[in-house]
Amino acid sequence: MAPAPAPVRRRSRGRTGDRLLFVYTWLIIAWLALPIFIMIMFGFNDTKGRYNQTWQGFTFKWYGRLLEIPALTEAVRNSLLIAVGTTVVAGALGTLVGLALGRYRFRGHGTTNFVMFAVIASPELVMGASLLSFFVYIGAGLGKTTILISHVMFSISFVAVVVRARVLTLDRYIEEAARDLGAGPWTTFRLVTWPMIFPAVLAGGLLAFVLSIDDFVITNFTAGTTTTFPLWIWGATRVGLPPQVNVMGTLIFAVGILIALASALSSRRRPS
Amino acid sequence: MKRRLAPYFLILPGGLWLLLFFVLPMGIMLSLSLMEGDVVSGYQMTFHWQTYVDGIQNYREQIVRSLIYGLITTVVQIILAFPIAYWIAFRGGRHKSTYLLLLLLPFFVSFVLRTISWRFVLTDEGLLLAPLKSAGLLPADFHIIGTAPAVIGGLVYNFLPFMILPIYVALERIDPRVVEAAKDLYATPVQVFTRVIFPLALPGVFAGVLMTFVPASSDYVNSAVLGSSGTTMIGQVIQSQYLTSQNYPTASALSFTLMAILLIGIFTYARALGTEDVLKVAAR
Repeated sequence: MAPAPAPVRRRSRGRTGDRLLFVYTWLIIAWLALPIFIMIMFGFNDTKGRYNQTWQGFTFKWYGRLLEIPALTEAVRNSLLIAVGTTVVAGALGTLVGLALGRYRFRGHGTTNFVMFAVIASPELVMGASLLSFFVYIGAGLGKTTILISHVMFSISFVAVVVRARVLTLDRYIEEAARDLGAGPWTTFRLVTWPMIFPAVLAGGLLAFVLSIDDFVITNFTAGTTTTFPLWIWGATRVGLPPQVNVMGTLIFAVGILIALASALSSRRRPS
Repeated sequence: MKRRLAPYFLILPGGLWLLLFFVLPMGIMLSLSLMEGDVVSGYQMTFHWQTYVDGIQNYREQIVRSLIYGLITTVVQIILAFPIAYWIAFRGGRHKSTYLLLLLLPFFVSFVLRTISWRFVLTDEGLLLAPLKSAGLLPADFHIIGTAPAVIGGLVYNFLPFMILPIYVALERIDPRVVEAAKDLYATPVQVFTRVIFPLALPGVFAGVLMTFVPASSDYVNSAVLGSSGTTMIGQVIQSQYLTSQNYPTASALSFTLMAILLIGIFTYARALGTEDVLKVAAR
């Protein structure tokens, strides 16, 4: 593609302004990234005492001793299990809702849209509080199941919104053509609709996974004595965080970045 | 006939889940806030409105403080977010998505861990203050942790991308020809900004406010990690009423009050800055 002609600059002041904005943008990015940098760095800290707070030399040993704290390992395992469960359940239910909202006009369309919006806009604190009230009221024991229920609850809307956005951009004639060519409703869905909405289902599922694995507030209310990774960190803050937390955080960060880059690259290759 | 039922079948499982675990719990929380009793002997519905009166009276300070912190956070975020959203939308060129990914980096690290990281940087013997104090640049009794600016700073930090992204999306949609037209009609750069760009970005600002004011004023992580007893927010009160004191009626009443205040605030703001008015401002 030929480069677009550069707009003629009318004033040199505009240039200085641009340069200032450029520096400012990078300052904000650096500020946002600073805690990540510190987290990664102190995962390599050769700390001797219980407090991992001053730099005492470089080491890889915490990566080898990653699983030495059973309670932390258990918490991370819980987090992963719940996140996978949330991705599957909220991914499926949210996709169905997104399909209905994007494809059909029906009585209750507006109400459903409103509920989706309400879930996204409600303070997490209030949702967590109401779920705890509910579980206390019906006498349900708190644990992994109640965490999973609450994570699916807040993830459905996000998946539905992502899928709905994709369905709205689809050309309906493609499906009608498939039906004209003799495909039944199920074949049409499997061979035509599903491949077209799949990127959105994947994106929605990833979003559900990320929201679930990082959730603190709602989980804090619905976990009982079960711990997840964020809850374990919260509980350990008072006694000081071991370097293993930094290593876990670094690994989760690295995997997240890799998945984000992979999905960005694959969507770039696909002609849109 | 079958086709007309199709959307309902699609909605049924997800809708049922939300009805059962979103709508119903809200209703139960509301009724619990009007009951009297305790965990051991159970709760009886007595329409005890006094719980609300007492709750609001006892925790007025924390409620007001949360709203003020939320408001300051939102205003600071608009000021911080606008230039960066502007830069990426108008000058980002083909690196737009790279900049956006960089802004989203923090979300790959747990919210709690990020906040604790700030405590670690800002604490009295931490990376920032210890060198400055030993160099004599700051008095030895200078603190950041435990102060209101530390809590507000943490809130701004944690929710800033939620303000940048919607403003970016709104700015990105602006037709460059509109800006050119303004310039051709002899608008000064300041006029281009105040009369054209800012009004067109208002829907983005509105979405950003919605996505940051609500979580910021109901947050309890930042004030617990970065604050002190002088910066307690209502979220902390609700959390400890639920999880430590297990005083469910009071806790329910307080969270309902918080939600009502936030909803009223959002609706007032939406009316003051409604879409029609935004269009009117743009047309002026």
